[in-house]
Amino acid sequence: MNSRIILVNVVRWFLLLSVQVLLLRNMSFYNLATPFTYILFLLLLPFGIPNLLLYLIAFGTGITLDAFYDTLGVHTAACVTLAFVRILFISVSVSRDNFDEPEPSLGHMGFRWFALYAVLCTFSHHLVLFFLEAFKLTELSYTLLRCLLSAIFTLFTILLVELIFFNRKMR
Amino acid sequence: MRNLWIFINRYNAFFLFIIFFTIGVVLTVKNNAYQRSVTFNSTNEVVGLAYENLNIFKRYVNLGTVNDSLAKENAKLNTQLLAIQNVDTAKLVTVKDTVNAVQFTYLAARVIKNSITLRNNVITINKGTADGIQSGMAVISAGKGVVGLIRDVSPHLATIESLLNKNTKISVSIKSTKALGSLVWGERNSDYSKAYIKDIPNHFKVKLGDTIVTSGFGSFPPGIPVGRISNRGIATGDNFLTIEINLFNDFSTLQYVYVIKDKFAQEQKELESKLPNEQ
Repeated sequence: MNSRIILVNVVRWFLLLSVQVLLLRNMSFYNLATPFTYILFLLLLPFGIPNLLLYLIAFGTGITLDAFYDTLGVHTAACVTLAFVRILFISVSVSRDNFDEPEPSLGHMGFRWFALYAVLCTFSHHLVLFFLEAFKLTELSYTLLRCLLSAIFTLFTILLVELIFFNRKMR
Repeated sequence: MRNLWIFINRYNAFFLFIIFFTIGVVLTVKNNAYQRSVTFNSTNEVVGLAYENLNIFKRYVNLGTVNDSLAKENAKLNTQLLAIQNVDTAKLVTVKDTVNAVQFTYLAARVIKNSITLRNNVITINKGTADGIQSGMAVISAGKGVVGLIRDVSPHLATIESLLNKNTKISVSIKSTKALGSLVWGERNSDYSKAYIKDIPNHFKVKLGDTIVTSGFGSFPPGIPVGRISNRGIATGDNFLTIEINLFNDFSTLQYVYVIKDKFAQEQKELESKLPNEQ
């Protein structure tokens, strides 16, 4: 069981990151909305994962993305922020008896919970990402607009992916 | 101690977040040119203000020596002025184009931050774009030789890539033989009173104690004194000499510098950019 979870996550990591790097990297609307669907990998890591391991995985994922985006550190910081928000949200919203669910996916947790979870995580990730990229507050409204539109785009793709694989994961 | 450990353990998510996030931001700033430049500039303004205030005190302490050097320079300029005034102008027939003859103008600036102990030393001065300073301009000190080249400019401050910097290369020549070479610092030594001249062809006779001046190629006007040859026999194994010189300039007590505005710098640059790139 345990090795199966690891295998699934490794495969998911490779799939999502290659889609991100090979396909979505070239995709953007007027340089305003860019999808970062790879964060779905961090969202779908199993519940029982220790905090340190989660941070390390987030760090590794971010730094891999940065290598491809030539922005060393930006995605790393954003992914670490996402991990922090994820821990906070799960500790607040998931009760102990829900922990027997393997992972926080749409199929296991229901649409409302997953949508809120994805919205919070995506926004925190994108906020850090775009503000680190801009690195100044003078273009605040432009940065916020990019952040908002990209988050909507990302959320759309994440929900799309989750809905496509919805039936398979349904118990 | 145990309580502290329990406290950290309970909120480990937060502490781990701080650690990893800091690493991320540090990586961002260290490895991305744009973010680094923003950080550098904004901190530089803060730091610049602090140094400016510190300098008000330091200037007062050094008032005596500065006075002396100013008096000396005054005397020198006065003698020059006398020499000019005493020229018999009635004999001159040709009209000199004095507007274009003045190619170089000097702008005095005060050093507000200086270092001599680092590998790459940078000097900050209190003049910036508001006074017409641009990146790449030459900087000299009062009567004692080259200081460096302007690197970054903000509205009221500018940084100088000091001669005591690995990246600074200045074209110089030996005054007596006119042999050209490039002045570098820091490859072998980190003594702020010494520098090296490279790329002088082997067939030139080099005498100890010869004066080195700027060649006039590059941003510096020709003939600005740089130093005196102190060691001529540094074996390099190729066809060029490497010479050690003692710098005239004492970088440790630098207080006022002159930024040189070259009137034709822009014109020269445009003209030379028309040349085909021969690589």
